[in-house]
Amino acid sequence: MTSFNISVATGTGTPIYRQIVEQVRLGVATGALAPGDALPSVRGLAEQHVINPNTVAKAYAELVREGVLESHHGKGFFVAEKRQVYSRAERVRRLQQARDAFVHEAVFLDFTPEQITKAVDEKLDELDMQSKTAGDKP
Amino acid sequence: MNDILEADLPVPPAPVIQAQGLTRYFHHKCAVDTVSFNVPRGSVFAFIGRNGAGKTTTIRMILGLLEPTRGSSSILGYESMTLPPEARARIGYMAEGHPVYSWMRVGKYTGFQKGFYSHWNQDIFASVIDYFAIDPRTRAGHLSHGQRAGLHLAMTLAIEPEVLMLDDPATGLDPSARRSLLEAMIYFTRSRERTIFFSTHLLDDVERVADYVAVLDYSVLRACASADTFRDRVHRVVARFRSEPPHKLPAIPGLLRVTRSERELSLIIANLNGRTERDLEELGAVSVDEQPISLEDALIAHVGRQGDKSFFCSL
Repeated sequence: MTSFNISVATGTGTPIYRQIVEQVRLGVATGALAPGDALPSVRGLAEQHVINPNTVAKAYAELVREGVLESHHGKGFFVAEKRQVYSRAERVRRLQQARDAFVHEAVFLDFTPEQITKAVDEKLDELDMQSKTAGDKP
Repeated sequence: MNDILEADLPVPPAPVIQAQGLTRYFHHKCAVDTVSFNVPRGSVFAFIGRNGAGKTTTIRMILGLLEPTRGSSSILGYESMTLPPEARARIGYMAEGHPVYSWMRVGKYTGFQKGFYSHWNQDIFASVIDYFAIDPRTRAGHLSHGQRAGLHLAMTLAIEPEVLMLDDPATGLDPSARRSLLEAMIYFTRSRERTIFFSTHLLDDVERVADYVAVLDYSVLRACASADTFRDRVHRVVARFRSEPPHKLPAIPGLLRVTRSERELSLIIANLNGRTERDLEELGAVSVDEQPISLEDALIAHVGRQGDKSFFCSL
């Protein structure tokens, strides 16, 4: 295991299973989790964070469906080799959805287009995406 | 109408607890009004409601400690009112408030309590006592509230029950005792055959451990569904306006709660449909966005409204 850690918060707008899904996805996207890395067991993560094991199982199942994780029978869950399970159209649709929500919020808070663009660039720098190639390259 | 049914859900395992039209009056006051639900085997079921909503009365009827005025219930396949001792021995019940005999030393509870049960696992009793940092020589009257809960939990778990019935177990506990209690609950579910039914008004706990939630308010069951379904079906829509939002709204199906601020309307809606967003835009909203909603907000939207009866039940 790398230094990758999952944290869980209650009382937010994001269900716990979704928090787990998003953190694992981000870990894989930023390289904190590499292909072949093992994830904590369902029981282990549930007992560590004092959450229902079904919640962890649901998160892992979704990550397997998305191609982020692989389940090795009897051994647990591992980070899968990178592959994109969504079609280009679906990826574009998801990007637009995320973009619209973000831009609406930012505009409503009275930020200028320059400030908004800068905020996005800063976040991308923070994630250190230089080595990343586009998912739809041949 | 607001009815929400889960037609697409797989058939749940046989219920461990079934309540059918449970009703109880105290003199002329109705404490529990026609409450029906099923608790699937192997699930963690949270029974949510404010103080005085009727939670304890419902639990006492399920355990056969109180006769319903109308309706019936069963637990482990037995009618509550004729629950045989063998079945009772498979149920771990933690009563509200964790009453203790103040003069009795913690260690003496073993001999006292195990006389009532055919099965007693002393290792479990000792390890739970230890987990809550209780010295067995302490007199029960000198325990903190959290330790008293720990003593009750130890007695409840030592009989290795199939069903845990916890009546408001976390109320009054300090954060660390509360966490220990949740840890014990998670640990208890290691065997998939075990079921937990707990009442509470602490929604962080519900979010952490519950598979199913039922909301009881003013003696009526307002909602009952899987925790995920509950969250997925309840939405918050925020409509922003250039000036003060309109005071008169068109009929919005499933509307649970409206909050208004200077330039904003926030609506909590069950079963959102696309029409609602269009209706809001026609009222002059500059933007209509769906926003994430916490479980707490979704649940609070269900209490405090008199009139509407169980409109969100799927178990």
